[in-house]
Amino acid sequence: MAGKINHKFRANALPAMIMVGPVAVIMLLLVAVPLIYVAVMSFCSIDEYYNLTSDFTLSNYGRLANSDYIKIYGQSLLIAFLTTVMCILIGYPFSYFIARTKSKRKKILYMLVIIPFWTNSLIRIYGWRTFLGTSGWLNSALMALNIISEPLDLLYKNGTTVLGMVYCLIPFMILPLYTAIEKLDGTLLEASADLGARPVSTFFKVILPLTSSGIFSGSLMVFIPCLGYFFVADILGGGNSDVIGNLIERQFQSGNNWPLGAALSIILIIVTLVLVKIYQKLGGDMDALGV
Amino acid sequence: MERKKKRLKNFRIGFCTLVYLFLFLPISVIVVNSFNATTSKPYMSWKGFTFDWYVKLWDNSSLLEAISNTMVIAITSTILATIIGTLGAIGMYRYKFKGKGLIDGLLYIPVVIPEIVLGISLLTIFSNVNIPRGMLTLILAHVTFCIPFVIFNVRARLAGYDNSIEEASLDLGANRFKTFFEITLPILAPGILGGALLAFTLSIDDVIISYFVYGQTKTYPLKVMESVKSGVSPDVNALSTLILLATIAFVVLTQGNIFKRRKGGYGV
Repeated sequence: MAGKINHKFRANALPAMIMVGPVAVIMLLLVAVPLIYVAVMSFCSIDEYYNLTSDFTLSNYGRLANSDYIKIYGQSLLIAFLTTVMCILIGYPFSYFIARTKSKRKKILYMLVIIPFWTNSLIRIYGWRTFLGTSGWLNSALMALNIISEPLDLLYKNGTTVLGMVYCLIPFMILPLYTAIEKLDGTLLEASADLGARPVSTFFKVILPLTSSGIFSGSLMVFIPCLGYFFVADILGGGNSDVIGNLIERQFQSGNNWPLGAALSIILIIVTLVLVKIYQKLGGDMDALGV
Repeated sequence: MERKKKRLKNFRIGFCTLVYLFLFLPISVIVVNSFNATTSKPYMSWKGFTFDWYVKLWDNSSLLEAISNTMVIAITSTILATIIGTLGAIGMYRYKFKGKGLIDGLLYIPVVIPEIVLGISLLTIFSNVNIPRGMLTLILAHVTFCIPFVIFNVRARLAGYDNSIEEASLDLGANRFKTFFEITLPILAPGILGGALLAFTLSIDDVIISYFVYGQTKTYPLKVMESVKSGVSPDVNALSTLILLATIAFVVLTQGNIFKRRKGGYGV
């Protein structure tokens, strides 16, 4: 790209500044500076009135190692992992079927995936609670039909949180997979079959490698947000299946210990950086994440 | 062989139907509950059919204020992010300058980092420089997380862009502004539009980042969040149903041009 720079525009500082200046200012002041400030804050102390003091301390990081927190990190990673796996298991065949259908309604099938996500995510998650609660619709229906006599206890479990996370994040898996699968060249599949490969080996040796970019970017965009989506864990997990986001939220709201919250955020930043590095190692395109 | 094919087809249809049911289940709960005649919290059990909530909705001034805040913030942030992002994408494509790599790297942060980290980092910086939290901080936050999505969409369009058209325009005597508005912008329009739509939907739906910077200015998602503890009342469901109908109407009306060329992504 750089080689194509137009000579008429080069060495012209004023237009460059006008065009790039606003982005640069916003990214520096509202992304870089705040994150650096959070990193600095994670080494600060608070006085007895919860005011920040500039005394340097490592105690916030020390507190990260307490056993309650460690349990939540593990739980959080487990929820994120299960969510990602579920999203792949549901999202892959689904994307494959709608991306390769010969139906004229393909576009409608695609839009039907997006439309639910135009309703506010909180209220949709709350919809799940209305459906699954002890006095919720599912239990009422099952009891009315005399299938069960006592309401099933479906809410406030790790599984419920995973369900909510899958629900919120599955489009981030389906959309990149759809794009990757739609680009598949049908003649390659025919060639593979003609040369005697069975469907299973065509899948593993041709289809999967050609669509792995979608799986990688989808997994990244599902796994990372899972660690932070505190409202899903709040509404469906009811405090029993908190993620790291809940710990951070508490320190910035009721707990009022910002330095500790900052130190917890550093964990999320590190996890994100590691996963992005792995993604890049696997050949992932960063721009594909935001399109 | 025929039977096997048919079984596969049935499996395909069955599987997709299940996934669509999963996707639409909470939506149908919302729509059905907006007609629920119940008046007692947490508004879950069915007490008969009514249109009341669609009438009462217009008396709920705090809910209406929240939705108008959401619209003001979404429209303002979308316009700002689209202008700043489009100029930035073109500028970064065209010019070499010091620190370009840094800006480029920073753009990925709002896309990949968990929203809560962006939210708390903005909260700490706003409180450090004493910017009162409210409409201004909400718009600043939304512009910040929307810009990268605009830039990536415009950039995808720039990848196949031929600079010589602009050179020709300049050679033929058009000045730089004329070239920009009559040549550059029309070519990039689909990317800009896609980015703007994505920015708008992200802004409207944002809960987490707004949650940390809102002060007294409640948006619609924050209003929902507040009522989650005691039970989301059916008038909120009624409003959501109306919004859903409006977006579906929008899709049906605009279908055919902007939706045809999307790679996928916006609206989530």
